[in-house]
Amino acid sequence: MAFSLDLAQNILKEAKAKGATDGDIFVLQGESFEGTVRLKEIEKVTNARGKSLTLRLFFGKRHAITSTSDFTKKSLDALLDDTCRLAKISPEDAYAGLPDAKVCAKEIPSYNLFDAEVEGVSIDEKIEMAKRAEQAALSADPRILNSEGGSIGHAHTDILYAATNGFSGRYKASSSSLSVSPIATENGQMQRDYWYSSRRKYKDLESAESVGAKAAERTIRRLGARKVATQNVPVVFDPEMAASLIACLGSALSGYALYKQASFLNDCLGEKIASSAVTIEDNPTLLDGLGTKPFDGEGLPSIQKTILEKGILNSYLLDTYSGKKLNLPSTGNASRGAGSSPSVGVSNFHLLPGKDSQDAIIASVKSGLYVTELIGFGVNTVTGDYSQGAVGIWISDGALAYPVEEITIAGNLKEMLLNIESVGNDFSPFKRISSPTVKISQMTVAGSERV
Amino acid sequence: MPTFEPESFFLKKYDLSSSSLESVMGRVLDKKINYADLYLEYTTSETMGLEEGVVKKVSKNISQGAGVRAVAEEKTGYAYSDDITLENLMVSAKTARYIAHAGETQNVPIVKYRSSPHDLYPVETAPIDIAVEEKIRLLEKMDCIARACDPRIKKVMASYASEVKRVFIVNSKGEMSHDTLPLMRLNVTCIAEDGGRREVGSFGGGGRHAFSFFSEVLSDHSGSRFEYYAKEAARQAIVNLSAIDSPAGPMEVVLGPGWPGILLHEAIGHGLEADFNRKGTSAFSGRLGTRVASDLCTIIDDGTIPGRRGSLNCDDEGVPTSRTVLIEKGILKGYLFDRQNAALMKMPLTGNGRRESYAHSPMPRMTNTFMLAGDSCPQDIIRSVKRGLYAVSFGGGQVDITSGKFVFSANEAYLIENGKITSPVRGATLIGNGPDILTKVTMVGNDLALDAGVGTCGKEGQSVPVGVGLPTIKISEITVGGTA
Repeated sequence: MAFSLDLAQNILKEAKAKGATDGDIFVLQGESFEGTVRLKEIEKVTNARGKSLTLRLFFGKRHAITSTSDFTKKSLDALLDDTCRLAKISPEDAYAGLPDAKVCAKEIPSYNLFDAEVEGVSIDEKIEMAKRAEQAALSADPRILNSEGGSIGHAHTDILYAATNGFSGRYKASSSSLSVSPIATENGQMQRDYWYSSRRKYKDLESAESVGAKAAERTIRRLGARKVATQNVPVVFDPEMAASLIACLGSALSGYALYKQASFLNDCLGEKIASSAVTIEDNPTLLDGLGTKPFDGEGLPSIQKTILEKGILNSYLLDTYSGKKLNLPSTGNASRGAGSSPSVGVSNFHLLPGKDSQDAIIASVKSGLYVTELIGFGVNTVTGDYSQGAVGIWISDGALAYPVEEITIAGNLKEMLLNIESVGNDFSPFKRISSPTVKISQMTVAGSERV
Repeated sequence: MPTFEPESFFLKKYDLSSSSLESVMGRVLDKKINYADLYLEYTTSETMGLEEGVVKKVSKNISQGAGVRAVAEEKTGYAYSDDITLENLMVSAKTARYIAHAGETQNVPIVKYRSSPHDLYPVETAPIDIAVEEKIRLLEKMDCIARACDPRIKKVMASYASEVKRVFIVNSKGEMSHDTLPLMRLNVTCIAEDGGRREVGSFGGGGRHAFSFFSEVLSDHSGSRFEYYAKEAARQAIVNLSAIDSPAGPMEVVLGPGWPGILLHEAIGHGLEADFNRKGTSAFSGRLGTRVASDLCTIIDDGTIPGRRGSLNCDDEGVPTSRTVLIEKGILKGYLFDRQNAALMKMPLTGNGRRESYAHSPMPRMTNTFMLAGDSCPQDIIRSVKRGLYAVSFGGGQVDITSGKFVFSANEAYLIENGKITSPVRGATLIGNGPDILTKVTMVGNDLALDAGVGTCGKEGQSVPVGVGLPTIKISEITVGGTA
């Protein structure tokens, strides 16, 4: 039985009858499929149905949150009682509460996020698509002898939110993805890389052949990777890795990091925190974007915002609670997950494209690093210290020369953002966090002894 | 905890019977399926967080569901649902066997109750059943203790989480097993500020214990465990206020005891999980019986240590956990197996088939991974270094299984100059090559310690609790990724 807005309203009504002053309900119901093939055979098929209901109740300034995946009446009744009991014994928090009704979304745009067509695609057809993608990689080069497989997946999510401030809304969203991870071997060295396509609609996925070919190309170019000497050089981030940098910036701009004074961007509103090449938008209204949504986790409307304009910090990323702590209104970035109170999340968080092609950016580097993969957790949001394991291609005299690995790149995000010398024109609007190629004028590459 | 009766708990709760489970197994099986299992889970969990002196986020969660799996040679079919009804289990069973051609449905008699030889977490009252007020008070006390350490401690964030997971597994061999797993964790993060500079320190611990574990008085520290956690987080934040930029480039590195064992987990452990080795995608593939470490190194994965975060009575396929020697005096001795890979590689089970929840199918995973102690005195190890790095605490780590390259990031480290520990350094990430890093271990201390109980390992999107351990060790060369 699917959960309905009426059921949600009933639970909230009962909660009020039990003394709750306010409350909200967030329900996620989902279905997903994933099929993996490896070396031309099916390896794994997974089918899933999952759901969760998260109930948050306020008794004045006290509140508690509970969740369950058991939607039987008995279980929901027990959950309601539990939530009331927990809320009453929780300490008071003067800032806790729902947003005002007047700031909530008045209408809910559709944005056409649901993919009904994928239901008409049989498991066999989907598996065939993954096989074709893997085959395209396997046949691209004789050095590709092994594979972590090709994978196809899609998911539908039905999101329902209702609160006692009068807001209620519901939408369905889908996503599909196709990926391949080939393994190449040469002279005893084994290298793996991957490529993928991820879109709202199955029919919009990049072709199996192109995903496989790109995965093969990315893997083959890693063969023969070596260390380089420790040195300070310009570093060019490919679009995928540049997006990971932008994600670090997003974390540091989260209201929760800011009010806890746990961000290197504390007290920077209105200041120049990045080079003039950097303009970043958070746009939940973008057509077909993977971060597009009709309302945020607290029912606030979706609004396109410029977060950084030519390097000047225009806006933090806030929900109602973190906004109140900073004495600012919510920016509509409340994000919800099963069992937890709202947090801050980005929608489509995009570093807007510049003028230079990636080739021109690489050509501008005499000696430096083109980064294609980063590993580790060496990012400190409090201080901005940044030190990550890196894989990439060494740039010599403006051209990609040879693959490198077992090195780190390090700097401090404050300086790295100001040192963004150029931003490419190679931009994909469909990814949730997206960036073109980015060049940082100088970072420390650590490898073998300095020369 | 009161004895967990799977019959009454799962079967009554979801209106199932052993004959209905037999028919679910029967639906999955046909002549082309080698193995099938049904995994029922009911987990209750709670979390709460303190910031600015106030406990703010009290939450309680219930998660239940059932996963049905069919295995045919290298192929796996998996379906799960969180509505546990016979009808849904039958649908899942049918989906799971998509990977093989349909055959005749047959019933599988459940004959054998398989109990584990272990009772590793005999907790009288699960932490989740202790009054919430006690946990709130504990967090408030930690806040006071951390702030009292130094006036430069400006922000304290503390969190508490606990869960009880009940699992019930039935398989196509007619075996039935179950377990009840308590788990809890306490974390503190402090932000210290001095002259406009801000630095962070964190510490925490836990395991499969009773709630009273946190207030036990430690023999080697003045005070209880929770006090120690709070003081450690504060101390680390204050130390980092005077940290200088980390050096960059290759150097001698000494790792302190305990949590730095994350080195073994990343550099060695993942590469020895059987799935990667069966597929030939690990940098360790085909190296059984060869030298992969110096003869000072013996490395163990042991899921049977009482109360540890990574310990299990039986794994998530109902196989009792064990102690597995991965590397003995430098020679690669063994891999970590789940049922599917053990069968395909014709090797014995090790009890390492784990899954995050009913929403995931099992795969080979580590439990508690550590290096046995050596002979050296830790002070002698430090004294032997002319110029190097001494790293005592780490954030996370990651490995590329195929190339063998791994990283882990220090959040407390010092320079060693002329045999003495000198300035703290900040932002040091270490990067190395898994298959040869342990060949560079030149000294092993006599001070093996296990971590305090906060480790979580991620693999293919599944998180499971793990433990690590290490004595003080010296590595002759590893690349340090700093800026100086």
